[in-house]
Amino acid sequence: MPNKTFFWFFLPTGLAMILFIGLPIISAGVQSLYAKHDQIVKEVKKCDPFGCTVSIIVDQEQTSKLKEEKPLGKFNGFGTYIDRNHLAIDEISKFWNETDSFDEFTDQVFNLPFYKALIFTLTYCLFVTPNVLLLGFLIALSLNAVTRRIRGPLIFGTILPMIVTPLVGSLVLFWMIDAEGIIGANLQNLMNDPYLSLKSSKTLTWITIIIYGIWHHSPFAFVVFYAALQTVPQEPIEAAIIDGASRFQRIIHIVLPHIYPVVTFVALISLMDNFRVFEPIIGFSAEGSAQSLSWLIYDNLVNEEVILFGSAAATSMMTIIGIAILLAPVLIRTWREFRTVR
Amino acid sequence: MKKIIITLLFLLFGTYANADCNIKSGSINILANDFPALRTLVETAKGCKGSADFKVTHSSEHNKIAVPALTANPSEFSVRVAANSSIVPLMNGGLIRPMDDLVKKYGKGIQDSQLITIDGKVMAVAFMANTQHLYVRTDVLKENGIAIPKTYEEVVAAAEKIRAAGKMKHPYAAAYKAGWNLAEEFVNMYIGHGGEFFKSGSAEPNVNNAKGVATLNMLKKLADLSNPDYLTHDSEAIKVEWESGNVAIMTLWASRSGTLLDDEGDAKITAATKLVAPATVGGGNIPAATLWWDGFTLAKNRPDADAEASFRALAHAASSKEMVAKAADQAVWLVEGFVPGPKSVGVIEAVKMGAKPYPMLPQMGLMHGALGSEIVEFLQGNESAEQALKDVEAAYTSKAKEQGFL
Repeated sequence: MPNKTFFWFFLPTGLAMILFIGLPIISAGVQSLYAKHDQIVKEVKKCDPFGCTVSIIVDQEQTSKLKEEKPLGKFNGFGTYIDRNHLAIDEISKFWNETDSFDEFTDQVFNLPFYKALIFTLTYCLFVTPNVLLLGFLIALSLNAVTRRIRGPLIFGTILPMIVTPLVGSLVLFWMIDAEGIIGANLQNLMNDPYLSLKSSKTLTWITIIIYGIWHHSPFAFVVFYAALQTVPQEPIEAAIIDGASRFQRIIHIVLPHIYPVVTFVALISLMDNFRVFEPIIGFSAEGSAQSLSWLIYDNLVNEEVILFGSAAATSMMTIIGIAILLAPVLIRTWREFRTVR
Repeated sequence: MKKIIITLLFLLFGTYANADCNIKSGSINILANDFPALRTLVETAKGCKGSADFKVTHSSEHNKIAVPALTANPSEFSVRVAANSSIVPLMNGGLIRPMDDLVKKYGKGIQDSQLITIDGKVMAVAFMANTQHLYVRTDVLKENGIAIPKTYEEVVAAAEKIRAAGKMKHPYAAAYKAGWNLAEEFVNMYIGHGGEFFKSGSAEPNVNNAKGVATLNMLKKLADLSNPDYLTHDSEAIKVEWESGNVAIMTLWASRSGTLLDDEGDAKITAATKLVAPATVGGGNIPAATLWWDGFTLAKNRPDADAEASFRALAHAASSKEMVAKAADQAVWLVEGFVPGPKSVGVIEAVKMGAKPYPMLPQMGLMHGALGSEIVEFLQGNESAEQALKDVEAAYTSKAKEQGFL
């Protein structure tokens, strides 16, 4: 396609992206550099059905004056980024100086909210992405091999996890693993431990969420791989069969190289998706044991009665940077291939 | 103390006047939490809407919607039904309007004790009181020869005895779901120990002390006697546990008793369920519980006509003798004419015992948020109490700095 045609073709999408993705990102970026004005409080008498007390409230007159002058708030630079609830630069250097062993140091660091969330997010990505690719590929291969007559219903059954809304899917599993649920109660019997709970142990919660993630995302990989498998030419495969190549060798040397670009694509998309893991944490009520970066943003925006825009914006920016770093190797590789092809 | 009892008596025997209901214009749009008493109130208000538009949103996610919805100009809602904690962000943002004029003009049936005044201005009109108190299964306690517990130490002893008798694996329940619920349990227990959340006269946190440690240790003891999934259990979940007969002693909101004692479910459990006073802790004499009121507030960013229509409809409900007579078992109404029944025991006892109201401070929401996430690891056994409290203070401090409180 000539570049000019491509430009006109892409323009509507591009405009929509700038409007609905680009500008909000810039706005969040600006917001993250600001904190709220200093709260001016005054002592007042408060009366309710239980009696009167002298207490403090925010002085509206003075605060609204401040707000009118500088609606964005107090300029804070990267103050929010480096505070304890985010990168915690000061705390980390303190831990480094105060702790005796590396173990103790990492314990302290992973006790900080941002790093706690980061380590879960990365663990989730690291376990879910490769397993999704592998499982999706295996299912695609197996389904490709079954007879055509039953393939339709099988494909439908396989993509069910993707059709089910994430929240509903996780809730179903959540009730099954309850101490009174079918999986939870059977596990207790099996392990002979009446106090075993999949939800109270951190490790088990992580494992549950990761397994759920694999279950939920595999159909996507499967669908794309299955489509790609339909394009594999038959001649080289027949030639390989005649040469005496085993099924495994055929897959490694012919099928995989052929669908390689698709694998990269699926890996990219699922890395991005997994880095933003959020719904299972809500569905499993797992806030206590597992927090992700997206959950931190959500927490700042809705869980507090006071909305922390600066905090949420800072975490959002760092999530974007995190995704960029994760994707960099794949993107660089694609770019190189693109150049050599040209 | 005496004053409160007098107030309560006054509530019961005060005079009655019908609210004026001849509303000709304006539009009413209500945002409220979702439990039976509030539905009754809103229905009563709807009964006198006259020719005004009437819309309502009942949502248990009301806290998440309120501030953004009322910040918009014009605001989505004309009325926000709030409680002591949720009125604070509205006050902080200057999102609600004083209603002294309206009270004077249309608030004949409302009693003075229902008015929430801040700095001399009426900011809300309360209509019900709430608290968290103990629920017990009298049959299970009797079987094991246990008296109704009055302190949390007794709750622990009783639950241990029931467990040892092999009757129940997890005899205690409370809403310990990580986040708001868990933090609320900490707030109750810490107040029961006589703790103060902030250094006096400032927004500096003050929970990392002996009282805080004692609070955490008590929460941990109770958690160990609860279903192992306690960190995922909110009020609804523990109600289900109770109705399945898995629990003998429970700490739950008074306002949740309605559906617990209805005709559905096991009649034997319902018959043996008794609502009793909240427990004290650590030898203290005030209960480890906080008093709450629910009331209505008027949005600032709405035309005066809407505020007027809204006030008249809601004031009618908040002073309706008929409503409190009909829905007497749904809540502890602060409206005159209310005759307390067996379901009001918890709240009335709490008031008698001198329970404190939930602290209505501008920075309390941040402390509540920090508590909800930072004490989890202690309960899981991954962290010492001191470390958890240190984390709470640190998390609170950086949020309070961002919000300009420190």
